[in-house]
Amino acid sequence: MTLLHLAIAVLFLPLSGFTLLIFFGKKIRRSDLVETAILFVALAFSLYIMIEKLFILHLGTLDLTFRWIDIGALVGHPGFVLDLGIAIDNITAIMLVVVTLISSLVHLFSLGYMHDDIRYTRYYAYLGFFSFSMLGIVLSNNILMMYVFWELVGISSYLLIGHWFEKKSASDAGKKAFIVNRVGDVGFFIGIMIVFTSLHTVLFSGIFKGIAAGQLSGPLLTAAGILIFCGAVGKSAQFPLHVWLPDAMEGPTPVSALIHAATMVAAGVYLVARVYPMLDADALTVIAYIGAMTAFLAATIAITQNDIKKVLAYSTISQLGYMILGLGVGAYSAGFFHLVTHAAFKAGLFLGSGSVIYAMHHEQDMRNMGGLRKKMPITYWTFVIFSLSISGIPLTSGFLSKDSILGGALAYGMLSGNYIIPVLGYGVVFLTAFYMFRLIIVTFHGEPRDLHKFEHAKESPAVMTIPLIVLASLSLFIFYTFNPFSPESSWIMKDVVKPESVVPAAQSRGWSKPAVIETAMSPTASSTSSQAQSGTKSVTYYEEALEESHYFGMGLSLTLAFLGILAAFIIYHWKKIDAEKLKQSVKPVYTFLLNKWYFDELYGATVVAGTVRLSRMMAWFDGHIIDGIVNGAATVTRGASTLSGQFDHYVVDGLVNFSARFTGLLGRGARQVQTGKIQTYIVFALLGVIIIFFAFRQF
Amino acid sequence: MQYQFLGIGFLTWITFLPILGMVVVLLIPRGNANAMKWIALGATILQLVFAVLIWINFNPSLSGINDPSGFQFIEKTRWIDLQGVGWFGHVVVDYFLGIDGLSLPMVILTAIISFVGVIASWNINKAQKGYFALYLLLDTGMMGVFVALDMFLFYVFWEIMLLPMYFLIGIWGGPRREYAAIKFFLYTLLGSVLILLVMLGLYFSVSVKDPTTGQMMHTFNLLDFMNPKNFDPHSLLGGLGTYWRDVAFIALFIGFAIKVPVFPFHTWLPDAHVEAPTAISVILAGVLLKMGTYGFLRISFPIFPDAMLKFAFPLAVLGFINIVYGALCAMAQTDFKKMIAYSSISHMGVVLLGIAALNTQGVAGGVLQMFNHGIVTAMLFLVVGVIYDRAHTRDMSAFGGLATQMPIYTGVMTVAFFAAIGLPGLSEFVSELLSYLGAFQSFQWVAIFSSIGIVLTAGYMLLALQRVFLGQLPDKWKGLPDVTGRELVAFVPLMAIVILLGIFPSILLHPMNASLNHLVEFVQKAGSGLMAAK
Repeated sequence: MTLLHLAIAVLFLPLSGFTLLIFFGKKIRRSDLVETAILFVALAFSLYIMIEKLFILHLGTLDLTFRWIDIGALVGHPGFVLDLGIAIDNITAIMLVVVTLISSLVHLFSLGYMHDDIRYTRYYAYLGFFSFSMLGIVLSNNILMMYVFWELVGISSYLLIGHWFEKKSASDAGKKAFIVNRVGDVGFFIGIMIVFTSLHTVLFSGIFKGIAAGQLSGPLLTAAGILIFCGAVGKSAQFPLHVWLPDAMEGPTPVSALIHAATMVAAGVYLVARVYPMLDADALTVIAYIGAMTAFLAATIAITQNDIKKVLAYSTISQLGYMILGLGVGAYSAGFFHLVTHAAFKAGLFLGSGSVIYAMHHEQDMRNMGGLRKKMPITYWTFVIFSLSISGIPLTSGFLSKDSILGGALAYGMLSGNYIIPVLGYGVVFLTAFYMFRLIIVTFHGEPRDLHKFEHAKESPAVMTIPLIVLASLSLFIFYTFNPFSPESSWIMKDVVKPESVVPAAQSRGWSKPAVIETAMSPTASSTSSQAQSGTKSVTYYEEALEESHYFGMGLSLTLAFLGILAAFIIYHWKKIDAEKLKQSVKPVYTFLLNKWYFDELYGATVVAGTVRLSRMMAWFDGHIIDGIVNGAATVTRGASTLSGQFDHYVVDGLVNFSARFTGLLGRGARQVQTGKIQTYIVFALLGVIIIFFAFRQF
Repeated sequence: MQYQFLGIGFLTWITFLPILGMVVVLLIPRGNANAMKWIALGATILQLVFAVLIWINFNPSLSGINDPSGFQFIEKTRWIDLQGVGWFGHVVVDYFLGIDGLSLPMVILTAIISFVGVIASWNINKAQKGYFALYLLLDTGMMGVFVALDMFLFYVFWEIMLLPMYFLIGIWGGPRREYAAIKFFLYTLLGSVLILLVMLGLYFSVSVKDPTTGQMMHTFNLLDFMNPKNFDPHSLLGGLGTYWRDVAFIALFIGFAIKVPVFPFHTWLPDAHVEAPTAISVILAGVLLKMGTYGFLRISFPIFPDAMLKFAFPLAVLGFINIVYGALCAMAQTDFKKMIAYSSISHMGVVLLGIAALNTQGVAGGVLQMFNHGIVTAMLFLVVGVIYDRAHTRDMSAFGGLATQMPIYTGVMTVAFFAAIGLPGLSEFVSELLSYLGAFQSFQWVAIFSSIGIVLTAGYMLLALQRVFLGQLPDKWKGLPDVTGRELVAFVPLMAIVILLGIFPSILLHPMNASLNHLVEFVQKAGSGLMAAK
């Protein structure tokens, strides 16, 4: 069995779980355990695939393509074919492990968190379906299948956000998530149409080959890149389509951890990484700006939120912004690295918050918590590790990946002279450290604020704490590199090499000296080891800039992170500055941030209200104008028919009747004559003779 | 002839089996409603068996369209042969049946939907005899339209289907049934008149050699209409460059557009759907609408390829209007059934968009969408029917939380709704994908603007789903029973098809390929040839 077959097994294992649970869920006694076991098997397979691929066999890209649609089998017809398939390259292999790992831990965690839920079996079924769809995205070797699974994760997300659909807010959130995502997906879809129409293939390898051959270039290529990125904007909750993710927190917390923090929302980043070679300079700049904007916007909102999950949701958006920013500025490996480390620590943060929410009987407002540190030591300490990691403190995984992104942003600033992006990037470091430690202090430190709930709170059971411990250990540097201060030495940075751009030279950034690097998903890159390839790589201008800014960048980000933590302690722990007074002094800003920059209100008043109004207008137009014309035609016809009926009755038929009546009248007159009495006849005859006599007298 | 049963061809069987059933139904004594249902069911099941036999024996490498030797299951005998009927001359009408890759999906669709319709008619409790007799007559009319290759015969079937539809809506329908039935009837009749006029125009413009006598004669044979050489040079529709060909194309277009329905000829549809009983809505949306687009592909495009090329762009624009306008109107509805009716208008716009593109993927997408929409919309109307049977209201705001009360029903509904939304993995995604890809190649901006429909569809469908199925269950619906076994018999095959075709669209695309490629090539070539000749 080859690795590809094993990958297919990984893909379909969760689907089989879904099918089993949907149809026979009630008949199997512990269907939750079955589904969880299936995910752990998938995890084992994925680990095997990754280790074989990256560390033992050092294989190139494995590819399996099949023909899905073939219209035009006849000779002489231009026809139309669609090839689909799966492929495994380095980022696929890593993503397989990330997805199955987080998914199986979430399955495990849910055994405790969801055990008394009314739709428990269905919950596990949907988790299985989600895992299947997500693995599909990861494995696709073509953009169409990616879109297919893209939509399927969308529906899984819809179903799981609306898991408690009796609540209006939950069903609203599901609907919002799906529709907002669709807006991005329309862009993605149009991008696919451009690519397919120009290149007649949807395979990544074919697309890159076609672009390299100059079959798609100029503004259309830029447009294709940006439009495909629109899909990522929706799915990865980037500005301006970020509004759905905070609402998605209506779903069960383990779902938030799996879908809305670690995996699905990272699919947008994965998509950008996949199509990376076809993105030209303009598209990459757009991507970098969107990422920086998102990172900053979300971080500013996160510092004002009081719902523990909302803080984490905005934090997720902000971190996704970092990844997108990283890819946009050219720090490809770093962006992807951050995806991996973020998956672990953010899933951990959500599961940790789930553990707190579980202990507090579904209380989510931080203002009602406090002092949980002693009651929930495992949750607390893992939470601290995750927070240190997301803040980018040394010895954690987050330090490694985030520092690389920031280094890339700084290098980009130096090369392009455009410092907005690095400034925003570093600013967010401070904000991140601040809101994370604000969250920790308010939730775990100090005195309990809701004594009743605090009394009942206790550490969660082992099925919930084990995933936390696993994720906490994965948030340390040791799994990625032995040198905690050198991100470059980590195996992910080494194995995930920035693919060579295929855009025409005039459209590329032009800072990269020519380099021979494995093109992602290219079947031509045969089984040479990636180690050997990175050895032949020549140094680019970008890498020179990266080198130059390295220590300055690292120092800056560390200082900012510590300042952020310090500020949080000053305000919330030592209470040297009164938080309330601070809020009052910057009230307009605070209100603006608390209301999430009024995005929901803005969209509600424009796009949503506009569409609703337009639809009402159209319905009115349809009922009154279009149908009015039809009914009007009918009325006119009926009116005309009534008129002609009247005419027929009174004029045409009137004449007929008149002539009949006249004849009748005449007849009646004449009848008077016909009495049958011989005397009368004689009188009439005599009268006649007399009349004739007088009439003819003069002749 | 090869494909015969009891000496009669498969296509005659599949077309006239329902008539046979109708005769039997009429002979059954009045009180015996059950027997009538079973007879109707039996007739449609047998029809389905023949459809499967035809599908199995269908040769996917033959093309058809304008090539007589490319048609399969051909039956051809002289039906009407009148010598010297005044200035009509020698009138000949053939009983000419045959199918190609264009009609095969429609034949299968008609058989499936007719079967499902009988099951959905099971609790008709008013004048069952008349109902099932008319239903079966309707079935014959529909099937006949898809197998006829003589335009006169086509027209006869087209009209046969009209009358039972009028009565089925007008007698068994809802409160405003008479208005709806008359509107449907008159509107469709208007279309029929236009088709009739064009048919006569073609009759007098085309002459072919009578194979038996060797004399030139006029004909109603569709395939003869498709050969530009058969047109008499100075006839109404024959002279090159004559604007009458455009006029005829437009007249024919309106005739078929009323059926599709294409904006602005669509307003009969919501009324007819809302008033019609469930099974008739299923038939109406599942099969009848497809006759319009089938007419475009079978008659308008290959007979007037020059006009088709000229009007391709306006056609695509109409497709866009249908998609967006239908979706917006659907969004504003509170009546569940009316919402689905408008969604049909939107989804038929995709067909129009695809076929207007006139390339392989567009036309294949359009025809596939005809089939897929037939199946999906049938499911949607059945979904509405289930709820209406139980609650006797279709007002969406009266419901909520049915997902907890009727879980199996909700599962079925979810598949139908997400198929309509175009979720990948379900059938409509594939046909919409191909239609859009085709349209994008021919009319980039029209395709881009049309893709707004993708968001709008998700919007109104999820809104409806939320209103009816999610949220709190009102107390008065606490006793609603879940779907029955009988209802599942109608749902399950449709669901299976939706999923199967979503994953393996080639099952249906494969037999269509040869014909549709030939159609595209023929229309492009003949059309540009004729345009150049001007």
